Amino acid sequence: MLTAVIIPTVINGLLMGAVYALVALGLTLIYGVLHIINFAHGALLSAALFAAFLCFRYLGLDPYVSVFGLAPLFFLLGYGLQRFVIGPAAHGKDSNILLVTLGLAVIIENALLYVFRADTRTIEVPYAFNVVEFAGSFLAVPRVVGFFAAFGVAAALWAILSLTDIGKAIRAVAKEKIGAQLAGIDVGHVYAVTFGLGTACLAVAACLLIPSYYVNPHVGDAFVLVAFTIVVLGGMGSVPGALLGGLFVGVVESLCGFYLGESLGQIGIFLMFILVLLFRPTGMFGERA
Amino acid sequence: MKTRDTFSRRHFLQSTALGAAAMATGVVSAPVVLRAQGAGVKLGVLQPLTGALSYSGQQGKLGATIAIDEINAAGGIKGLGKIDPMVGDAQSTPEGGSAEVEKMKSAGVVAIVGGYASSICLATTQAAARYNLPYIVDVGVTDAIVTRGLKNTFRFGPGFGVLAKTSIENLVKINDQAGKPCKTVMIVHEDSAFGSGLAKLLNAQLPPKGFQILETIPHPTPTRDFNNVVLKIKSQKPDIVIPANYYNEYVLLARTMQQQQVKPKATYSVLGGAASSYKFVKEFPEAAEYIMDCNHWFDPRNPKALALKKKVEGQGQFFTYEVYMNYSAILLVADALQRAGAADRAKLITAMESSTFSGHVMPYGPTKFVNGQNQGAAPANTQVLNKDIQVILPEAFASAKPVFPRPA
Repeated sequence: MLTAVIIPTVINGLLMGAVYALVALGLTLIYGVLHIINFAHGALLSAALFAAFLCFRYLGLDPYVSVFGLAPLFFLLGYGLQRFVIGPAAHGKDSNILLVTLGLAVIIENALLYVFRADTRTIEVPYAFNVVEFAGSFLAVPRVVGFFAAFGVAAALWAILSLTDIGKAIRAVAKEKIGAQLAGIDVGHVYAVTFGLGTACLAVAACLLIPSYYVNPHVGDAFVLVAFTIVVLGGMGSVPGALLGGLFVGVVESLCGFYLGESLGQIGIFLMFILVLLFRPTGMFGERA
Repeated sequence: MKTRDTFSRRHFLQSTALGAAAMATGVVSAPVVLRAQGAGVKLGVLQPLTGALSYSGQQGKLGATIAIDEINAAGGIKGLGKIDPMVGDAQSTPEGGSAEVEKMKSAGVVAIVGGYASSICLATTQAAARYNLPYIVDVGVTDAIVTRGLKNTFRFGPGFGVLAKTSIENLVKINDQAGKPCKTVMIVHEDSAFGSGLAKLLNAQLPPKGFQILETIPHPTPTRDFNNVVLKIKSQKPDIVIPANYYNEYVLLARTMQQQQVKPKATYSVLGGAASSYKFVKEFPEAAEYIMDCNHWFDPRNPKALALKKKVEGQGQFFTYEVYMNYSAILLVADALQRAGAADRAKLITAMESSTFSGHVMPYGPTKFVNGQNQGAAPANTQVLNKDIQVILPEAFASAKPVFPRPA
């Protein structure tokens, strides 16, 4: 029983958790710096999935190739959104930013619905049904790729944040906005770069997800609720927290789904969410306020 | 200054709210204008156009729209004029559906067609019943829809009872004809009214027919991952897997089964969301091959059905059951309206009750409504063979013989 069922269930949870982690990475980064929950995250994920879908359908680009074009493109999109839409519309108030992102979510989702209809689409890549055998279970190749890529993206984000000048500026703004401004840091620029990085994470997540998943205008919503939980669990704004939180949530969901039935699979996630809020409100890696 | 500001804003809000309310209820102007022009019949088309069920909703809307366009192109309903459709979005939830019913009622529709999901139809038919507003269910198969004694509710298609009975009879028939190779069953169903109701019926009716049910697995809509479900199937090795879920989940389940190399002797769906879908067969021919389904299906001998198929495919859309069921439901209402002779809700209900409509595209027996349920409604059994969908039962419509069990 243990080897035949539990191990594959846990591994499966880890693979799913890596995808959650990728979505959560972008969310936590934006939260950590801008101190807002980005409600447009799900809609932007749907948009990224459609972008990956279009690249495949019309340019013949494999998602693992198009990711190198889409990630920079979505970085620019995110940068532009924050710099020219969210920032100016918010007038410096956090609550306004929240509402603007909510409005963006509605606009993006309905634009996608208008252009693509509600149709569910999939792409057919030659490796979609390939599996690797590991510990007695078959692991889908796209999932395994996604798992390692999640670590790669987390490492890259960590490197950007700790080794580069812009990373230092981002951390400075996150810690003390006015102080950073006084030291000559362009806060508007840093906000936009952060939003861009968060959005670029979604493009990567989309390209890793689409070979084994589907896309429709509402597909992002299913991931974002889980990503919110991960951000709280891992600690608001923490990159390693998002990664480990994602993996943890994946495993909890998988085990709960197996033992309590898929309908109740998410009960574990939200139970954990409440417990974390009660006993460790800063999350696993969050800094104390 | 402050007082004046507040006053004017409040005044503005009041007047706009009043205006919006007047527009929403249509009390002030709409009916007068309609009556003055004497033109047309306002008909509600209610579908889950957004949310988890949006694909089905959009397909349903397509079928309804084609029917309305055809009727209008031919001059509308005799004596009543053209149909003016009011399209509403149920947002894939019962609450969303009920809210749309309220809007449509206020806008003065003579009837509502649609709903799609059982859970939505249960709520919307009841909401419409409060106003004695005729409601024609397009798909929703839960039998509770027509067993609550709602006079306004009519269902042209078959319900669970008939579907489950036919599907079980046909499964036993196919199994017997092949020398009874299959004995054990696992059911994978979505956990709202449709899937749960079906699972309950199967659990009650399959064991007396000699099938052992190993496990019944519910899952929510949407479900992101089916690996655990497939893992359970893999460890229990049932002869037959019976999925009962909506399109996205069905496809994900079939793909995961292919990926995990789980090949039961048969995949036999009852109302499988994708099992008899041209889209699924085209996009995942390998995962779809040999899958059997007992589902709504059009009459392949009916030239009108084939013409509709051509038209829908000509628009770049797939010919799914939502399309032809809504198409038929609209024609049914149009026929009743013509016999009623007025765009009147009570007269329409009387006309629906006595309907013997035969101009539809379904493989049904004679139309006769008893307590709102069409007694002629029946499903068909299909199987994916050589990347096409063939009818295997009933024999009268069959275009191929079943391949059972699945070749190794």
